[in-house]
Amino acid sequence: MATTAKKAAAAAPRATTLLVATRKGLWTLMSDAARRKWKLTGPDFLGHIVHHAIKDPRDGRTLLAAARTGHLGPTVFRSTDRGRTWKEAAKPPAFKESSGRTVDHTFWLTPGHATQPGVWWAGTSPQGLFRSEDGGVSWAGVDGFNDHPQRKAWCGGDQDGTPDGPKMHSILIDPRDPKHMYIGMSSGGVFESHDGGADWKPLNKGVRADFLPQPDPEFGHDPHCVRLHPNDPDRLYQQNHTGIFRIDRPADRWVDIGASMPKSVGSIGFPMTLHPRDPDTLWVFPMDGSDVWPRISPGGKPAAYRSVNGGKTWQRQATGLPKSQAWWTVKRQAMTADHAPTVGVYFGTTSGELWGSRDEGRTWKCLARHLPHIYAVECA
Amino acid sequence: MSVPAAAHERMIVRIPTVLRSYTGGRETVEIAAPATLGAVMDELDARFPGLRFRIIDEQHAVRPHIKLFVDGALLRDLAAPIPEALELMIVGALSGG
Repeated sequence: MATTAKKAAAAAPRATTLLVATRKGLWTLMSDAARRKWKLTGPDFLGHIVHHAIKDPRDGRTLLAAARTGHLGPTVFRSTDRGRTWKEAAKPPAFKESSGRTVDHTFWLTPGHATQPGVWWAGTSPQGLFRSEDGGVSWAGVDGFNDHPQRKAWCGGDQDGTPDGPKMHSILIDPRDPKHMYIGMSSGGVFESHDGGADWKPLNKGVRADFLPQPDPEFGHDPHCVRLHPNDPDRLYQQNHTGIFRIDRPADRWVDIGASMPKSVGSIGFPMTLHPRDPDTLWVFPMDGSDVWPRISPGGKPAAYRSVNGGKTWQRQATGLPKSQAWWTVKRQAMTADHAPTVGVYFGTTSGELWGSRDEGRTWKCLARHLPHIYAVECA
Repeated sequence: MSVPAAAHERMIVRIPTVLRSYTGGRETVEIAAPATLGAVMDELDARFPGLRFRIIDEQHAVRPHIKLFVDGALLRDLAAPIPEALELMIVGALSGG
């Protein structure tokens, strides 16, 4: 696309559609072109625990949703008509029989590289990597990770990890090279592959892991959310269990960018989201990770924090959010940004509220409430 | 391993509400009398694709909140012979919110 056409596309007002995955189903929230009026529709899969739902940016009409129920095993649903109808995957992610492992749930879905239509990636709990080559109809394990001789050392046992089960998340594809990938694991850390997933190397230097016996281990870290900037794929950020970090490849050491957060708030959180065009601008949503890890907004006063200089400094953004006695937080997949000229930022809460800002976080408005516990929010 | 042949010609499978999206809403399904519980699952999956994996994991274990009662007796071993069985009741048993 020519530069002028790109600028025109960025300048045009456009509606935003959000896929809101919750503990009890999937909802869709659609705006008008000004993003002032919003309409909630749904649910799809009522009663299903929907961990993630995401649109394929390559065709603009395929949606995938990772779901299970309290009774039933994990599966993937797919729509090829923008969510009007859904069909279950013929072969959902499942470990090989010889592994002795079982997928508890599919946690993360990533559309493949732009040059590989039909390819999708999935991360599971416990940590497993899966690939589909047919648009999500059938899935196969990626042996290069699932059978890697170091996998168990990296991840620990399948019963270890976060309270809701150990997870693979943040499957990131380098837009310049489909074979260059990153993954994040809670726990395990960040890992990189240069051969499409056939082999993996840890990428955790500089990241604190003060919950482990060694102060600077090679792996075993707990990244909560890792993001790669599409316009500068050498720039990655991560919101970690221990703080906020940035890396600029080919450097192999992460830089602590959470130290400049206010001490009273800290730098612990689950989600982060990036400005779609400016690699220096990002948002995080801190939570209380002190004492017994309450995992709620610090002091009951929720706020996003934005940096416009790659994490050197942060600004609190809480205008419109509750000023006190709001004890929710935001899960790692539940914060996203749209592509509008003035970027819209959105997050869903553990208390079932969907908040949005149409001015890059300066002011916030509640767009939907009374939903179930929100697990993931994605622009569709 | 030799498995005893089924003594009855048909078995009734009672489908819980959580699985009726697979059976088109049917509460019961009649199948040819199987030799084992595993054979029942295979037959159900052939007729209602995807159903088996929702209740049996990839290691052939019954999922934690699913109970399988064969003529009233709880069974978890898919290889167990059930030549005399007349009814399988699938139950989704879950506590919590």
